[in-house]
Amino acid sequence: MSTTTSTAPAVGRDDLARLAEHWAEPRSLRSWFTTVDHKRIGRRYLVTAAFFFVLAGLSALVMRTQLARPESGVVSPQEYNQLFTMHGTAMIFLFATPMLFGFGNFLVPLMIGSRDMAFPRLNAFGYWVFLFAGLFMWASLPFGAAPNNGWFAYAPLNQVQHNPGLHMDVYALGLLFLGISTTSGAINFIVTALKLRAPGMSLNRVPLFVWAIVATAFMVIFALPALNADNAMLFFDRRFGTHFFDPSGGGNVLLWQHLFWIFGHPDVYIIVLPALGIVSAVLPAFTRRGVVAYSLIVLSIVAIAIISFGVWVHHMFATGLPQLSYSFFSAASTVITIPSGIQIFAWLATMLLGRLVSRVPLLFVIGFIVTFVLGGFTGAMFALTAFDQQVTDSYFVVAHFHYVLIGGAVFPMLAGIYYWLPKITGRMYHEGLGRWAFWLAFTGMHVTFFPMHLTGLFGMPRRVYTYRSEPGWDGWNLVSTVGSYLLALGLLLVLVGVVHAVRRGRPAPADPWEGDSLEWSTASPPEPYNFPVIPRVRSLHPTWDARTAESTTTGATADRVLSDGRRTLFTSELDARTERAVAMPEPSYKPLVLAGALLVFFTAMLLAAYPIAVVAVLVVAATIAAWLWPPRRPDEELGVAS
Amino acid sequence: MTDRGGVVAAATGVAALTTEEPVGRPTGWWGMVLFVATEATLFACLLGSYFYLRFQFGPQWPPGGVDKPKLLIPLLMTAVLVPSSLPVIWAEHGIRRGRRGRLRAGLAATLVLGLGFLALLAVEYAENLKHFTMTTDVYGSLFYLITGFHGLHVLVGLTMIGWLLAASLRGGSFGSHRHERVRNAAIYWHFVDTVWVAILFTIYLSPRL
Repeated sequence: MSTTTSTAPAVGRDDLARLAEHWAEPRSLRSWFTTVDHKRIGRRYLVTAAFFFVLAGLSALVMRTQLARPESGVVSPQEYNQLFTMHGTAMIFLFATPMLFGFGNFLVPLMIGSRDMAFPRLNAFGYWVFLFAGLFMWASLPFGAAPNNGWFAYAPLNQVQHNPGLHMDVYALGLLFLGISTTSGAINFIVTALKLRAPGMSLNRVPLFVWAIVATAFMVIFALPALNADNAMLFFDRRFGTHFFDPSGGGNVLLWQHLFWIFGHPDVYIIVLPALGIVSAVLPAFTRRGVVAYSLIVLSIVAIAIISFGVWVHHMFATGLPQLSYSFFSAASTVITIPSGIQIFAWLATMLLGRLVSRVPLLFVIGFIVTFVLGGFTGAMFALTAFDQQVTDSYFVVAHFHYVLIGGAVFPMLAGIYYWLPKITGRMYHEGLGRWAFWLAFTGMHVTFFPMHLTGLFGMPRRVYTYRSEPGWDGWNLVSTVGSYLLALGLLLVLVGVVHAVRRGRPAPADPWEGDSLEWSTASPPEPYNFPVIPRVRSLHPTWDARTAESTTTGATADRVLSDGRRTLFTSELDARTERAVAMPEPSYKPLVLAGALLVFFTAMLLAAYPIAVVAVLVVAATIAAWLWPPRRPDEELGVAS
Repeated sequence: MTDRGGVVAAATGVAALTTEEPVGRPTGWWGMVLFVATEATLFACLLGSYFYLRFQFGPQWPPGGVDKPKLLIPLLMTAVLVPSSLPVIWAEHGIRRGRRGRLRAGLAATLVLGLGFLALLAVEYAENLKHFTMTTDVYGSLFYLITGFHGLHVLVGLTMIGWLLAASLRGGSFGSHRHERVRNAAIYWHFVDTVWVAILFTIYLSPRL
């Protein structure tokens, strides 16, 4: 070999040049619209979801300002209704899941040693749909037509006779539109993890983060249809006069709640599971050892994914269902704490047995454990029907789910941002700034939400736009508002830290943390083809493993370099034996066109411009037909008998 | 235990235990199977809603003056749709052996049967609309939403079949080495057929129980 500074000595310069030629996307406007690179798409998911997070967070700040003092008039009741609905809807649907899908998009192919997702163009399509659906929903706010029914949109208030205007049409259509993105993303993750793992990465060597993403994706496949059916029926009720949720026509308002929570409770875990996966991915680098009890954690992930489908009625303990069903769902809700507890103890044991490296990602992981356990504790209280009926729809509930979702999802995401920022941007963040951000966000979070347990127990109902001074809620509400500003300041520092790193950060080495998974064995940021040589995985911690490292240097073979085209490897589903090399698709405008046509369709449906909607459907069908049209091949290659 | 023969031996032998299943499925197959799984869940939610609303409503079902559904047309629809999977299977087996003629003939036969189903659905609607509509009551809402949603799926499936037929008539599209699209469309079509049986039992047969 020559004495170049190539990352992998066994790969020739001409191989690298060919890989670069086949995979490179020029920095042009055209490439910006046509890219299918999972890393660019993943970055876009992260940035777009963060943008929606800022919008939803600002909505929360307005609400906290309104609630700082009794009987203040910062916003009108109608505006307040739209703010809390958009805050919840956007945080759940437009921030949490897409943010984690962004991590998944960027990381899953890198962690499993592949060069892209299984369906790169579907991936690009999923991003455009997510962007358009988010803009579709937020655009309603300036028109005063934003959803105003709470994020779970209960019937009968969501019916047109009680809630006229476009508000809940935006909700129903926006979530149906977004569901296309979430479903396509979920299918893509599962197939990628099944077929594109590097040779040797059998199921017992799959990183925990990938397990979590795959379990989440399976939950999406089976949970999201319930929400879609619900929203479709809601739209028909409102627009075309059907009676699914209308008792005067024989319908039933509780059907909405059942379907919503059959989706909604799994959705809690759809948000939390990948975040827990981030924790399992971050810990090894900062404890200098693998996570304890790998198999038990995998079993817990799978168990949570299954049991979460059997607990939805605990959201409905105050609806007057039969007592027997309460007992069953109460028991199931208690059981699901066991696999969550197993994971918590596994992480604690990892930290106990390892050697802690105190950096910002670890701080956020510890903040996560403290906050999430407190949220889980109040969650176990809700599993008791009698207690639940006392505090339902009070600020106690608000306190609980913000502990779970900020503790269980936002803190791990922040840990993930600091941890993978060097890999994503190729730059290191500023440690001091990161510590300030952590302590401000952690303190702010608890100062905001701990008092809500108290105001809830004192009887303050959620979703009231103001309150009177007599019940004595003023002081605690003021504390919550001050806390929310602290929290916002901490999150602003995170943003400043990211911008600072991108602009001024010192260049990051390929493996700044000495991490264990495959993304650390390639450049920071990775080349468009991810890996010059697809590794042969020999253990659960491939980057710590000399034999895996050898497979990409002196042990590199041509069947894993694949430089003669835009190609990656298919391997078998369970044991990851090499099956064949496959060509990956080129950049294309079609995903953008298809998502744009869908945007036209949903907007036309919203505005009742049905002829335009029909045209949009025809464009959708034509685009898909052209997208999948088989290329013409000679008969010998096809294998034609007659 | 003897070492030869027997189902148990076949399933517990060294070869069985070290053979990985499933294996060799392409990404497109997995994608279509997962898509069908999520679609099937959607239908399960709709049919579950049907039974939930029915049993919450009370003993009289269908409510009001609506008669129990008549069976002649839906049974005809079943007789047209369910066998329509056979020509697809025949076509797919054909193209796996490189027989382009069988592919074209099978797809064309399915297309005709599927269009026949949609024509019968139109007749069924024309008949029922004289008695009740989507806005009459929740029974009408469920009837038209579920059958309409399935009809839409048949239309999508027929679009796939027609698209395959067009591609195969052009030539240079499918052969014994290239038939993944045929298999994926076939999976979708079998799904549309199977769901119809569940709808027949729910919408047409269950009110007569």
